[in-house]
Amino acid sequence: MQAILPYVINGISVGGQYALIAIGYTLVYGILRLINFAHGDVFMVAGLVMVYATTALPMYVALPLVLIVTVILGFTIERVAYKPLRTAPRMSVMISAIGVSYLIQNLAFYITGGVPQPVTNPIPWISENVTIFGESTKRVTLVTPVLTIVLVFALVYLINHTKIGMAMRAAAKDFETAQLMGIKINAVISMTFVIGSFLAAVGAMLYFTNYPSVAITSGGMPGLKAFVAAVFGGIGSIPGAVVGAFIIGLCEEIIKGLGYTTFSDAFTFALLIVVLCVKPTGLFGEKVTDKV
Amino acid sequence: MTSSKKKTIFTAAVLAVLLAVCVVVDMTLPSYHIVVVVIKKATVYSLVAVSMNLLNGFTGLFSLGQAGFMLLGAYAYGVLTIPVDKRASVYQYFDGGAIQFSLPEIFSGALGDTVGTVVGMLAALLVGGILAALLAYLIGLPVLRLKSDYLAIATLGFAEILRAFFQWNTLGPITNGSNLLKSYPAFSHATPYVILAGLMIAVIVLLINSTYGRAFKAIRDDEVAAEAMGINLAHHKRLAFIISSFFAGIGGGMMAMYMGTIAAAPFKSTLTYEILLIVVIGGIGSITGSILASFLYIFSSEWLLRGLDAGKFLGISAPSVFKNGFRMVVLSVIIMIIVLFFRRGLMGDKELPDLLDRRPKKREKEAAGK
Repeated sequence: MQAILPYVINGISVGGQYALIAIGYTLVYGILRLINFAHGDVFMVAGLVMVYATTALPMYVALPLVLIVTVILGFTIERVAYKPLRTAPRMSVMISAIGVSYLIQNLAFYITGGVPQPVTNPIPWISENVTIFGESTKRVTLVTPVLTIVLVFALVYLINHTKIGMAMRAAAKDFETAQLMGIKINAVISMTFVIGSFLAAVGAMLYFTNYPSVAITSGGMPGLKAFVAAVFGGIGSIPGAVVGAFIIGLCEEIIKGLGYTTFSDAFTFALLIVVLCVKPTGLFGEKVTDKV
Repeated sequence: MTSSKKKTIFTAAVLAVLLAVCVVVDMTLPSYHIVVVVIKKATVYSLVAVSMNLLNGFTGLFSLGQAGFMLLGAYAYGVLTIPVDKRASVYQYFDGGAIQFSLPEIFSGALGDTVGTVVGMLAALLVGGILAALLAYLIGLPVLRLKSDYLAIATLGFAEILRAFFQWNTLGPITNGSNLLKSYPAFSHATPYVILAGLMIAVIVLLINSTYGRAFKAIRDDEVAAEAMGINLAHHKRLAFIISSFFAGIGGGMMAMYMGTIAAAPFKSTLTYEILLIVVIGGIGSITGSILASFLYIFSSEWLLRGLDAGKFLGISAPSVFKNGFRMVVLSVIIMIIVLFFRRGLMGDKELPDLLDRRPKKREKEAAGK
């Protein structure tokens, strides 16, 4: 038990970070039925901006800046790459998402010169070491799950008790009818991307506090895993995405603890395939029938 | 002359010219020359792009597992062709590896040196293709029941799992773990690549024009209608998946030949994305489109836009802007423009010989107008 404990603590922390990314996937999929392949790269860009901003600016300017830049990026991606394809077949939108991901990675390669950018100036308080149950870890490990839960509750409140939240639920239920009822669908979709990018930016700040550097490929894996978490929990469902992300984070770290680091990624995808084949709607997903 | 006869002659003429150009290039330029490199890489990409088009464009199965099957083909080729006496140095961390034979050497014992080596290399490619096809069969059992985006993610996932397996140290005696495979024989000239890829693509074209191909297209256009017409959906989907993977495996082997070393790292999902985008540029559902797009893409990224990375482009010297990576940025912006505004790509779902169709009609119209 003592040996596995640090991995469990880590797992919960990683799970929290995945949860913050997974919400972005699940919200977008809920409304647009689109796997936003570029979401993992938005997460990576948030990490890069954090590295650049924290080295050049004081912390109280840098962190809001990261959030703002990431939100603008998410908003722009939707407006430029997805909005023109609103009536196109789903495959075209997915290809566009892959194209955006490719573009962001190449752009990041150009700006960073392909060199992983070291996190020289981590966020102060949360990067300090603390000791818990006799294990030393960074404070971010403890902060992440708490912050995740708080944000998720705020989001659930937003969706269930505000006007824009109601519009989002309506759009997720039936796109066209929502439009007929006078909901400004483009505003709703933009809002979805704004929320998703905001949470991804928070996730990136927490995630990269634990890592020595941000590379251009850093976004890919967490992005895909967060997507798997969203599918596992039932895509379209926010609590599902969070629960799925915590389970995946935990399992992954425990597998690492058992000494099969190579397979920690493979496990996630194996889980995905099993879930898709056994219960495609995931843990909390609603059953949807294909509209012809 | 009928239109189809015209098209056949046109295609044959184009192919003959291309082959002749290739032979001339090989005879006049050294094998490290940029033209030869571009031709080699572009033919390999063409083959893989066409194989992906068979699945995504003709059967309508959105699969993103191409890189995984290529990885398998590449490793099979490397593992089976490294000469026995070089194995000790390649597998230095694994006591010379578990496999102590090499197909080219076995065949050269029976058929003489030159012929035997070539036959051995081809056999290794074939083994890679068959392994990829077998794996596709197994993966297809659960995965092909999924639809559109779920299928995409599941196949992407399988490719990643496969990559993890090949980097696993326990399999090191065969795959060399996370170390490179190298010192295997490869064609240094461009012509063998062109002939090989050409033959494979010809097989795919024949397949697409057969009853199977028509069934694939029917499935793409409307699954329910296709099933109502008596097409066995599961069987045909599996077949398309297996055949596409087979050619992706062979493409992977040829990619290994071209690259000179094999590692699991280049076979990431980025490679699949790259090939998918090539297919989109060429037009989803057009074989000649995929081939043209591969050549255009490789030609621009390897040669035409080189200057964007090296500080000087079109006579403009701006080292601060034109630095490493700018070429890919420009290229991906172009790709995004095509994806957003020219969704049909270069060729749409037409083939190159189809272009012959329009001109005579136009002339007739003009004649009638006069």
